[in-house]
Amino acid sequence: MLAHGLDNESALLISPTGGGKTLAGFLPTLVDLEHPHKNHGIHTLYISPLKALAVDIARNLEAPINEMKLPITVETRTGDTPHSRRQRQRINPPDILITTPEQMTLLIADPTAAHLMKNLKAVIIDELHSIVSSKRGVLLSLALSRLRTHAPNARFTGLSATVADPDALRSWLAPANKPPVPLVLGTAGAPPDIHILESAERVPWSGHKALYAIPEIYAEIKKAKMALVFVNTRSQAEMVFQELWNANEDHLPIALHHGSLDVSQRRKVEAAMADNKLKAVVCTSTLDLGIDWGDVDLVIHVGAPKGSSRLLQRIGRANHRLDEASNAILVPSNRFEVLECEAARAAAKENAQDTEYPMVMKLDVLAQHIMACACSGAFFADDLYNEIITAFTYRKLTRERFDQALDYVATGGYALRAYERYAKLKLDIAGKYRLAHPMLATRYKMNMGTIVADEMLKVRLASVKNRTGKRTVTGGRVLGELEEYFLSQLAIGNTFLFGGEVLKFEGLDEFGALASKTHGRDPMIPSYAGGKFPLSTYLAERVRGLLADKSKWQHLPAQVKDWLNTQSWASAIPRADQMLVETFPRADKHYMVCYPFEGRLAQQTLGMLLTRRLERWGAKPMGFVSSEYALVIWCLGDVSAMIKQGRLSLAKLFDEDMLGDDLEAWLAESNLMKRSFRYCAIIAGLIERNFPGKEKTARQVTVNTDLIYDALRTHQPDHLLLRAAWDDAADGLIDIHRLAAMLKRIKNQILHKALERVSPLAVPVLLEIGRESIYGEADDALLAEAADKLEAEATSLV
Amino acid sequence: MLGGLELLPHLSGALYVPAYETLIISDLHLEQGTSLARRGIHVPPFDTAVTLDVLDATLSTTHAKRLIFLGDSFHDTQGEERLDETHLSRLRIITNQYETLWIIGNHDPHPPQSLGGHGAETIALGPLTLRHEPAKKLKNEIEIAGHLHPGCGLSLRGRRVRGKCFIADQTRLIMPAFGAYTGGLSINSDAFKGLFDFEQTKIWMIGKSSLHRFSL
Repeated sequence: MLAHGLDNESALLISPTGGGKTLAGFLPTLVDLEHPHKNHGIHTLYISPLKALAVDIARNLEAPINEMKLPITVETRTGDTPHSRRQRQRINPPDILITTPEQMTLLIADPTAAHLMKNLKAVIIDELHSIVSSKRGVLLSLALSRLRTHAPNARFTGLSATVADPDALRSWLAPANKPPVPLVLGTAGAPPDIHILESAERVPWSGHKALYAIPEIYAEIKKAKMALVFVNTRSQAEMVFQELWNANEDHLPIALHHGSLDVSQRRKVEAAMADNKLKAVVCTSTLDLGIDWGDVDLVIHVGAPKGSSRLLQRIGRANHRLDEASNAILVPSNRFEVLECEAARAAAKENAQDTEYPMVMKLDVLAQHIMACACSGAFFADDLYNEIITAFTYRKLTRERFDQALDYVATGGYALRAYERYAKLKLDIAGKYRLAHPMLATRYKMNMGTIVADEMLKVRLASVKNRTGKRTVTGGRVLGELEEYFLSQLAIGNTFLFGGEVLKFEGLDEFGALASKTHGRDPMIPSYAGGKFPLSTYLAERVRGLLADKSKWQHLPAQVKDWLNTQSWASAIPRADQMLVETFPRADKHYMVCYPFEGRLAQQTLGMLLTRRLERWGAKPMGFVSSEYALVIWCLGDVSAMIKQGRLSLAKLFDEDMLGDDLEAWLAESNLMKRSFRYCAIIAGLIERNFPGKEKTARQVTVNTDLIYDALRTHQPDHLLLRAAWDDAADGLIDIHRLAAMLKRIKNQILHKALERVSPLAVPVLLEIGRESIYGEADDALLAEAADKLEAEATSLV
Repeated sequence: MLGGLELLPHLSGALYVPAYETLIISDLHLEQGTSLARRGIHVPPFDTAVTLDVLDATLSTTHAKRLIFLGDSFHDTQGEERLDETHLSRLRIITNQYETLWIIGNHDPHPPQSLGGHGAETIALGPLTLRHEPAKKLKNEIEIAGHLHPGCGLSLRGRRVRGKCFIADQTRLIMPAFGAYTGGLSINSDAFKGLFDFEQTKIWMIGKSSLHRFSL
């Protein structure tokens, strides 16, 4: 690593956690700045995905610098850095600046950027693997293309955990017209020691609570020095934490850590971990990344791991020493998850990786970057285009698309040219694009970034006083924040679980939500959605393989083996390349269950499209529910009979052509598309972000994006933002790409079983019916159901 | 029914009063797009066209002879000047065909100059008083107002359904905003406090294909 650095060469360093990556990245800089020097601007930029990490790294770096008495200045710049210090950093920059991707983007949008970065020698990007798969990474890669223009000789070093495709990251770090940067591999650690919890209890059919295993988890925590208990969602974290606390006869110090908790509370937990004062921390992906926090010697993973790389990364949190094996226990919360855990265990043992390919070419991000460049100064369109296509992420950007994006930034990109007068960018006499008004730069800074969260409200502890019959509620300490969506469903007096306590909702004030502590027994669990990952394609394939190969069942617990054996005589076990479809009657309905193992998002889209087709072909579908593995549709029509009589063909039903007109027709009205559009509209700067706490008035400045979406769809269906929203939805919320691959895979490979009754494999997903909200788009039907039944007279005027 | 008159809420957000063959429309907010664009927020410039489309469609399904705009017909005072030729003539056709009354609102303190019809601050329609902003009512006064853009959200089977709505008790009705880019202000917000007799309040929520009536 040092060699590459001293030769001033870019490089990608891949090493498991604990390999001393961070220091390796800095070594060349320290050597370079060893001697007294005159400060000519920033020498090294260090970019970390987490604010907290940036601060820690600065601290860790200052120690050796002070010890060796090196004449080097180190500073951080994050969202928390006061304005005055940021100003000062512009005039008198440090040698090493440690920052986040968002701050990096803000830096390049500053008019002083070219001057500040002129003598930049090195850019180090930490946890590169976690950045590249999101829009943050796309925006960062554009910022780097700009840095290359300012400092053509700077070297770019990426630090990453093990990934599936290192070559993609090597190309990501290099300009598109140059060869990929060389790869430096750190020493691999000892292979991890992974077990699946062998519970004496019955593993439930479905659900995600893993309550059955709480006593056994508790026993493991007791044995360990310090354990990290990873779960997949925040509500799971709350639940597992509360159950562990109930089981905590020995008063072990167990803490909770997730993204909704107040930052100061999270920092407290982290500090206690570092001091080894805790026995266990129940956490979500908030602790996936980061530096060592104390002597963790056990990782317990509750619920499905979802991906091999994710699991390996989490397991790597235990024992940050390379020579010792990390110790991990997987706790499946239902029977299908036993299969997934076993598949993940086998994959992790082989060190098989399934990280995502870097995200590329997002038009909304491109628009934001163009605005950032305009804020830093006037530019020629040709120059900017040529610079942008040096970024790996936009190497395939056509000039036509770029011009569209530029036009969008300038005037909104409407065919009517209605806003020429109100353009944000104007051409000057020299032919350069120039910001029309300095105010626009301020607005850009307020709204930049690629993370669009649902609106969050602060939750504060309330004290309720009843004085002379009048109820007054006053707010106190901030406990954390919750989705506005969730809070808006609560009525005063409702209870919910938050931060490990049962809280009673006391109302809203101008600062957010107020809640008081209570001893209520049955809290309404927060349904906040954060942190649901889909099952990775790679792991799904392994699960299918495991299911098909009976010889591999020997590793499974006896009760799961029994379950699968019963399935093989009651119905069938599909081959790895097949998809099983079962049809059977139950009560007064007919069910169709299929097992694509493609994750909830893709299967929900499939369910949506299949019900449309079944409707058209007369099977009278009533609804559907999807788990990560299976999809069930229930109908009034006898599906088994229809197939037998040749009135319904499964091959036709699952034909790839459903991704044509049916998809188009559904998407046009889909709420998912509207959500995807909202995110793009915010990132691309069409509308402003809503700042929590800012009271909305009837004269709202921001127009509801659903209305904009409708107007655009009718009047300009080829608009840049509609295209961007479609691209995102196809990858994300509706996962079309995955669905398309699956339909291709199962072509001519459908194994149909017409059964008398429900099969063992179908039980879990049938149990989800009623538990999961029914997925659909029929808002009117829901409203009609809920409307006053007293007066059924038509209230509409037709 | 309000003040003994039959009132028919329309899916578009308009309100028809058969006894007077009158269609009431609140908060058109025409030229909202260009108004925002002036400040660098480039929302699509199609709002006026969309709003006029819906207005035409609504008029064709009623037997209205008279049209009352309940204020905030333009998003700002220069809105009328920014209307393009097509929209201007479309509006003129409407004001020629129907007896048109423009109640003034906070966004448009003056009635339009280049269009037909008359301006007013309040209008008495039989037993009803029509004005833009809900006001302190006189005794026995029955009011129809706009201004607040009422909207509501309901949680049904784990889903949140939101929409604009009419809200009324026995002496007051507040209409939803008609304009293409107008949103809804939750009827639970402070602006609605004290305007209605809680026990008697009903809302008519606008769905995609029908209206849905709820008691509070």
